[in-house]
Formats: sequence, structure tokens, C-alpha cells
Amino acid sequence: MSTDLPLIGDFSTAGPVLTGARVGVVTFPGTLDDRDAARAVRLAGGEPVALWHAETDGGAALSSLDAVIIPGGFSYGDYLRAGAISRFAPLMDAIISAAGGRDGSGSGLPVLGICNGFQILTEAHLLPGSMIKNDHLKFICRDQALRVENNATAWTRDFSVGEEITVPLKNQDGQYVADERTLDELEGEGRVVFRYVGWNPNGSRRDIAGISNAAGNVVGLMPHPEHAVEAGFGPDSGHGMRMGTDGLGIFTSVLASIAGETK
Amino acid sequence: MPTIVVDVMPKPEILDPQGKAIAGALPRLGFTGFAAVRQGKRFELTVDGEVTDEVLAHAREAAEQLLSNPVIEDVVNVEVLPDAAGHPAEGPTA
Repeated sequence: MSTDLPLIGDFSTAGPVLTGARVGVVTFPGTLDDRDAARAVRLAGGEPVALWHAETDGGAALSSLDAVIIPGGFSYGDYLRAGAISRFAPLMDAIISAAGGRDGSGSGLPVLGICNGFQILTEAHLLPGSMIKNDHLKFICRDQALRVENNATAWTRDFSVGEEITVPLKNQDGQYVADERTLDELEGEGRVVFRYVGWNPNGSRRDIAGISNAAGNVVGLMPHPEHAVEAGFGPDSGHGMRMGTDGLGIFTSVLASIAGETK
Repeated sequence: MPTIVVDVMPKPEILDPQGKAIAGALPRLGFTGFAAVRQGKRFELTVDGEVTDEVLAHAREAAEQLLSNPVIEDVVNVEVLPDAAGHPAEGPTA
């Protein structure tokens, strides 16, 4: 994506809704990044819609939405396992079925899980594998370089394959693990969407930072694109300190996917 | 009230970073005889009533569906805890 930035810009207020696309952002008890994710949707030109995890009529709540984001944080305090309790929230059943079910066949609702959201998607078996504690055992927070390996998913079409982007990473249980057969399958089917570049920050198998389901509508990634969407508040970049907005491409991608579908 | 114990361990092929860190700390206290440590979880399910075969089956199902993640963990033990006086538990055993 282009990273051209205006020299003078007022980023303090959200822009107008450009596409009419409605993107749900789920809040669990302990979710931290729902507001940032909603803001990223708004800055990309979509309309964020707040979703509460305990929504019992999930089907109705999702019926007016074009995509759903499960943001990061520490839902249920990471009790039991990260994402393990959230996975059984009433709204999750509706999200699982709207996403096309666990076999990932068919083109379902685009769903993005970021960090704890990625953990929830693996616990829900919408994505294979699981996350365990970082190999170095410490919480880590840094600007992380990633390589986009697949731009055919609903959430990555505005990138090119091999493009390197930098977004913040912050996690404790970020080590992606799966058995060798699953890893080979993911690689073979091009379902590794993002890979860590330069340094593997948590010991993830094969430097995997993000993956997709077979249909490409469900994507999970450990780093946080929603924290790199606004000049002045992102990672340092070639444009200057905290000027990185590489994460915005994730959110413009899904809006483009939605627009493409309805045309 | 009777209690059912469920033990969950990380799968043998999954690296256990916490166990590794504990193994690294043991020699610093002079405990040099241990080659490795793996850390698991123990759950105690207090049963409201008698431990029937059905209750025990539910405990096993809960262990597989919620208490463990089959991708990274194994349920290694489900058993009825003996009562405080040390008497063997009533009802079926695992």
C-alpha cells in the first residue's frame, strides 16, 4: 500500500464513513484494544459497530454487519488459557457459524482476530494450532517487522506478496504452535499470512505471525495493526518518529473485499 | 461434598517454557538431581451430590472441552478424591 502522508493533517477527529461498510468490534470483559480497532475501522473509511460478548441473539446482531474484528487484550484475565473462556461466550457461536463453520469452507463473514482475538479463534477451532507462553517467558512490546506472505485473504488484499510492514507487537502468550503436519498444510495451502522478519519475538513455529482459514475470510495475527493506523501514533518509520501507518492496509483491505463482493 | 480431580499436562512434544524455567531455577537452590520439569494444571471439581457414572462422564467431557486444549495439552488423570478422613471415595472410580 502507499504510505504517502500529508505534511499537515488533522487526525484528531474521525473522518466520514466512506464505504457504508459496517464492521463489528467485539468487547469481552478484559478486552483492551476494542476502541483502537474501532478507530482503525473508522480511519480506513468504515463504520465500526460495538458488539458485546454476551449478546444472546448473535445471529441478529451479525446480520447487519459486513465483517467482525475480535480485538486484543486479556479477556477473562487469560484465566485457564488465553481465549479459552471467551470462546464459549454466547456471541462466539454466532460468529463461528457466520464465518462458515470450523471446516472453513465457503466464503463466510470476514473475521479478524488480533492477539487475544487470534487466541480466541484458535480456541474456537476456526484457526488451527494454539498459542503458548513466549519462549523467553517475558511479556514483550516492540515495533515488529512482518512480511505479508498471502494477499489473497479478505484482510490483506491491499498489500503485495513479500511486502514488509511494521506494526506494534505486545504479548505474553504469543508462541504459535501446531504439529508438523498442520504446519506443512498451512505452508502448502498458502495459509501463512504474516511471518516475523529479522527476529522471531516469541519462538513461534516457522516464524508464523498470522494465518488464515482455507477460505481466506478468517485471519488471525499476533501483532497489532490497529496501533499503526494514524500518523503521530504509530511505529517509527521512514517518514519520521511514530509516523508508521502500515496497519491501515488490513482495514482498507476488508473494506475493499466487502465493496468487491457487493458490486 | 465429593471432589473430582482433573490433571492436565502439556503434550510431550510441546515445549513447556515454564517447566524449563523452573528446571533452570532448581540447581540454584541446590536441587541438582532433577533432569527436567514439566508444569501442568490440577482442577478440583466439587460435586453437588453423589459421584455417579454420569457425573464422572461429564467431568471427562468438561476436561476435554474446556479444561484442556487438545492441540497443546493432554488430560492425564480424572479421579474421585478420597474424603478428608482418607476413606476411599464412594461411587465409581476413574
